[in-house]
Amino acid sequence: MAKKLPSTDVVLVGFGWTASILAHELTEAGLQVLALERGGFRDTVPDFATTYIQDELRYAVRHELFEEPARETMTFRNSMDQVALPMRHLGSFMPAAGVGGAGVHWNGQTWRFLPSDFMIRTHIEQRYGKNFIPEDMTIQDWGVTYDELEPYYDKFEYLCGISGQAGNLQGKIQAGGNPFEGPRRRDYPLPPLKRSYATAKFEQAAKEVGFDPFPCPAANTSKPYKNPLGVQMGECTYCGYCEWFGCGNYSKASPQTTILPVLLKKDSFSYRTGCDVTRVNLDGSGKLARSVTYIDRQGKEYEQPADLIILCAFAQHNVHLLLVSGIGKPYDPASGEGVVGRNYAYQITSSVKVFLDDILNPFMGAGALGQGVDNFNGDNFDHGPHGFIGGGYIALWTTGGRPILQTQVPKDTPKWGGGWKKAMAENYLTSTEIATHGSVMSYRNSYLDLDPTYRDVYGNPLLRLTFDFHDNEHKMSRFITGKAAQIAQAMKPRSWYPDQRSGHYSIVPYQTTHNTGGAVMGNDPKTSVVNRYLQSWDVSNLFVMGASVFPQNAGYNPTGTVGALTYWAADAIRNKYLKNRGPLVRA
Amino acid sequence: MHLPPLLLLAAAASTLFIAPPVSAGDTSYSQIARGRYLVHAGDCAACHTVDGGQPFAGGRAVPTPFGKIYAPNITPDSETGIGKWSDDDFYKAMHYGIDRDGEHLYPAFPYPWFTRLSHDDVSAIKAYLDTLKPVRNTTRPPQLPWPMSWRGSLAVWNKLYFQPGAFQPQAGKSAEWNRGAYLVQGAGHCAACHTPKNFLGATQAKQSLQGSDAGEHWYAPDLTGDLRDGLGHWSQADIVEYLKTGSNAKTAAAGQMAEVIERSTQHLSDYDLKAIATYLKDMPAPASAHEQESRPDQQVMNNGAGIYLDNCAACHMDGSGQPGVFPELKGSATVQAEQPDTLIHVVLAGAKKPETEGKPTGLQMPSFRDKLDDAQIAAVVTYVRNAWGNRAAGVSADKVAEVRKGLRNGGG
Repeated sequence: MAKKLPSTDVVLVGFGWTASILAHELTEAGLQVLALERGGFRDTVPDFATTYIQDELRYAVRHELFEEPARETMTFRNSMDQVALPMRHLGSFMPAAGVGGAGVHWNGQTWRFLPSDFMIRTHIEQRYGKNFIPEDMTIQDWGVTYDELEPYYDKFEYLCGISGQAGNLQGKIQAGGNPFEGPRRRDYPLPPLKRSYATAKFEQAAKEVGFDPFPCPAANTSKPYKNPLGVQMGECTYCGYCEWFGCGNYSKASPQTTILPVLLKKDSFSYRTGCDVTRVNLDGSGKLARSVTYIDRQGKEYEQPADLIILCAFAQHNVHLLLVSGIGKPYDPASGEGVVGRNYAYQITSSVKVFLDDILNPFMGAGALGQGVDNFNGDNFDHGPHGFIGGGYIALWTTGGRPILQTQVPKDTPKWGGGWKKAMAENYLTSTEIATHGSVMSYRNSYLDLDPTYRDVYGNPLLRLTFDFHDNEHKMSRFITGKAAQIAQAMKPRSWYPDQRSGHYSIVPYQTTHNTGGAVMGNDPKTSVVNRYLQSWDVSNLFVMGASVFPQNAGYNPTGTVGALTYWAADAIRNKYLKNRGPLVRA
Repeated sequence: MHLPPLLLLAAAASTLFIAPPVSAGDTSYSQIARGRYLVHAGDCAACHTVDGGQPFAGGRAVPTPFGKIYAPNITPDSETGIGKWSDDDFYKAMHYGIDRDGEHLYPAFPYPWFTRLSHDDVSAIKAYLDTLKPVRNTTRPPQLPWPMSWRGSLAVWNKLYFQPGAFQPQAGKSAEWNRGAYLVQGAGHCAACHTPKNFLGATQAKQSLQGSDAGEHWYAPDLTGDLRDGLGHWSQADIVEYLKTGSNAKTAAAGQMAEVIERSTQHLSDYDLKAIATYLKDMPAPASAHEQESRPDQQVMNNGAGIYLDNCAACHMDGSGQPGVFPELKGSATVQAEQPDTLIHVVLAGAKKPETEGKPTGLQMPSFRDKLDDAQIAAVVTYVRNAWGNRAAGVSADKVAEVRKGLRNGGG
């Protein structure tokens, strides 16, 4: 029997980026806010201290900062005619656990999606005709436009101290920036990071083949920074340990380095760690959420009532919680009806390995130190002749040169022994890769539901992921990998080879933690779980944050858009919902 | 308010008959506010409030070279606090160091400085303390060896080292300077840490604020105009920023001073901080020049430079730090202090910047206790004290071992 706790104004499920932003915004609005986090607390010192954080084995290989599949996992299959099996090791993606969430271990690649991304169906139909979109592709407009989100992108970028170079200031294209980006009201808060030699080579080569390279926007500080909350960050030292690690130098934006120093001092905010939220409980009408149930590390069950409940967990976990709580109509791929679990999407990545004669010193890196081209992202180019939808950026990142996982040798090198060692010694300092980061559209048969067989430690059915790459994505990825190869060749390497995905999606090799969808936003309750303000259509005091609301995935890292959407929703809650509690959009 | 009649009666009774001494006498809001301000200025909570405990209920162990003294309860509890104390009783304690029972107080209670406070200010402090929630808390007796354990010995001490008397403004100095002097010499009791003491714990007037061992392996630096380990290179604005926010372009507070800033100086008005800065900037460097230390061994310097590059340079760069974020080591008074304790302490235990209204982040340096051994820390500390034009005596591995042992035994 769950012990019932005193009620509070707001409960946040999870305590990562979105919860931290909301907690700050909603306590500013005078509310009492409580965050429930499944993992533990951690902070720059002592947990990410420079005295030991640069430990690749512990963090990157043994996954210190991530969820443990022995406790929490999901099942997976490629298609509906298969039996899904549990994922017993983290592989293709790595959901984080602990305060700060993925904001602790990310690289800091902080993009804005393109204006056309937010109205993809309308845009594609207008430009290429209705028949251009395959019948089983269930892409849809977001219900919010780039222009509406622009102030909130700006807010997130200034919170984080993004280093970058504007490409479009209020409609005026800026030399050296990304000419394809949507108009921004002002420049980035910090100038771009210092270049690595490899990115300089990339820039020159990209220009030679006629593309428009620019410094990628980075949540790694190029200079000391004080954000609008008064929180201070130090200058990035290019230590090369961003992704999978916490930053020991206060240089990578995370909840810890941008919000928590202010938030944790507020009497109106509290958090509890080691809390697995297992249910959102509804009242008798089924139209309002009453409380959440959670189980702590002692195995004790609690019921925490709140007036407002906001799901801020990792994308799939939000969807899982909706499904086990019976909120919203579960998606049925056979009929195409229902919404919860619908439009799961991912990203398709590839790279071109490049072996040069120059010394590149790859160990001096930062998670978002890169030079990119956006010529083949979204609808920045004419898709007519190509017959696919979507795109991605092409970039050369110098994120680091860690000894275990960040090395590469030419194709056909032996996998071990003297031959491998020789190749490693010859190539460590002189090799690099050009990455592509491709969008994945949503499809009728890519979805999340509850597994009929496997259950978690609490006896709840596991989430089941049914997903595969479609021809559209393979075509697109081959196309942009070809463009990356053009740049690679212009770098005049001694050798190069493309490394791209083919065939079915595999959950085993790491690809990207940019899982999206399942609780998508939109203007029609028949095709979305939450409205344009991220409020549940069914339960008006329940909101859902994060990438689970993306109706399909774009060719960018998602955090910038997640941050913008969170500020957008927070604004709607503060200025609309709190004044008149109830649905913000009439169905 | 909708209370049942019985409760209403009880509520009325409590105001009528069991009223706390708040309402007594001529205390006004402005006097209470002034008292509260002075209680901040005097950092009374440093000793009289236990971490996480009831405000001003006492109990914190104040370490002295002779033993521990437990700060008493100064809430208005009539049994265990100062609820029965009259204004005169309180003034006697603050001005003469004598408690309500006529017993001498130990000078761990800074009456040698509080004696400079005006009678009005002392009354204001009492008025504020009277508004606190009375807390029943009996604190422990001091743990001191004989003869210090005998309070009568303090009469002798006072005769030798204590001169009661309110602050007298110095003619020819500005009102601002005199205000600064009043705060530094009185409520702020800066000399308690920053002035060297003799073997009986009395401050050496001739070396006023020239830097001193502050206990627990912290060294309170020289506050005079010394260019090497004093405030000679600091502007008035540097001092104000430091006291208001916990750091400035040159340095950041750590350890005990971080607590002083968090609890005390950040709450002072800009006028008062400027006054303090004006007073401090008027204190000339001591006439005696620094002894010419011999240059540290080149091999130690080379080792130190390597260790610095691997462990320190990421934040502190080439000694220049990162402005406003990570402190500058080049030219730093703390780095070049007469005694290297603070520097060793920070390397061993790490440090956290004060979390203030103006700078809430609380940036931290990690502990190198487990990463560097005594010889390595000695080398890097010696290097930092003598690189980039810095100059100070080298540090031995034995000295580091001593601080390491002290910290392990619970100090600092």
